[in-house]
Amino acid sequence: MSFDPILLFFILGLLSGVVRSPLRLPPQAYELVSIVLLLAIGLKGGVELSATAFLPLLPQVLVVTLMGVALPLLAFPVLLYAGRFPRADAASIAAHYGSVSVGTYAVAAAYLVNVGVGFEAHMPLLLVILEVPAIIVGVWLAKGVSASGQWRELAHEILSGKGIVLLLGGLAIGWIAGKEGVTTIEPLFFDAFKGVLALFLLEMGIITASKLGDLKRYGPFLVVFAVAMPLLSAFLGGWLGFFLSLSIGGTAMLATLAASASYIAVPAAMRISVPEANPSLSLTASLGLSFPFNVLLGVPLYLEWARWLHS
Amino acid sequence: MDNNTATTLLTVITESSLESKLTQTLLEYGAKGYTVTDARGSGARGVRTGNWDEESNIRVEVICSAEVAEKLEHCLEDKFYKDYAMVLFSQPVHVLRPNKF
Repeated sequence: MSFDPILLFFILGLLSGVVRSPLRLPPQAYELVSIVLLLAIGLKGGVELSATAFLPLLPQVLVVTLMGVALPLLAFPVLLYAGRFPRADAASIAAHYGSVSVGTYAVAAAYLVNVGVGFEAHMPLLLVILEVPAIIVGVWLAKGVSASGQWRELAHEILSGKGIVLLLGGLAIGWIAGKEGVTTIEPLFFDAFKGVLALFLLEMGIITASKLGDLKRYGPFLVVFAVAMPLLSAFLGGWLGFFLSLSIGGTAMLATLAASASYIAVPAAMRISVPEANPSLSLTASLGLSFPFNVLLGVPLYLEWARWLHS
Repeated sequence: MDNNTATTLLTVITESSLESKLTQTLLEYGAKGYTVTDARGSGARGVRTGNWDEESNIRVEVICSAEVAEKLEHCLEDKFYKDYAMVLFSQPVHVLRPNKF
């Protein structure tokens, strides 16, 4: 197996951050790159979905939603009692780890294609679904059900977020246009996908490097948690994929989704809904450690886990 | 033209995630308009690089009467100072068409 060049871009970003190179993707370019990624993932899922029936997927959607609820509930007591974090911080970090990272998903998708393992076409749908429940559970854990006045604002924050709008939008466009319809936009969204992903990972490497220094500040518990939690989640996600009789690739994908931690949708929602939580704690853990861990080591590991389950 | 009305320029530097909440509050408490620009810098909460959404700042400027400015200062302090990174300052300014504000 050859080493995927997109990971080398990530490492380049990391190194350039570590040596304090002034290299940056201009913020607007980074914005565009992430928009293209989100749309491409949505489109790809939508095109495949247009060729399959939707109803048989419903049980899967339900089970995956439950997983999104269960993961933060699992992480919360650990953070609260073992990590001795204040309630708001524990809830916020738990929400980050219950939700998903689109960047990690994209790397896993590219990796599976690279090693020639297929996966279910409706994975982007599960990706969208998994973004949401952890946020709601996180706010509930921090505030209790009494935060009722806030729910409308929170719902708007979640559903109007960039990630959800673009992923759902892409799914819808792909689903309506179908395989023939999207041929004209294929060069940008499908053919150039890996190039765009490489640029995205370059910038992610730089951002990750800027978080590494903060890791020391928050002590060893957070470091251990940021690696152990993805492993535990992937373990559970893998089992779940196996029981839902997903393919090997699909099982690895669900394990990856479970393992990944959000760094876009959840921080934005938490900042507004649970302002007393320290945003830098969750971001340091999720970006500084869990993201590079998942991207560089986790994804191949989760595929092996899926292979083992199916053997 | 009446230049004697005390007109105040209120400047707020804060987290960009607060933009919609903040601008809504400004209008609610009597501001007639505002200007938002992206900002970055360093302060009590460390370096705010502005490299991506979650780590960028905004600078919001409001021109209003001295009374409204004072009301806004108290209101923003109550609402946001505890949990958000925020710097707020005001200064008297000379504007053309003061009755517009």
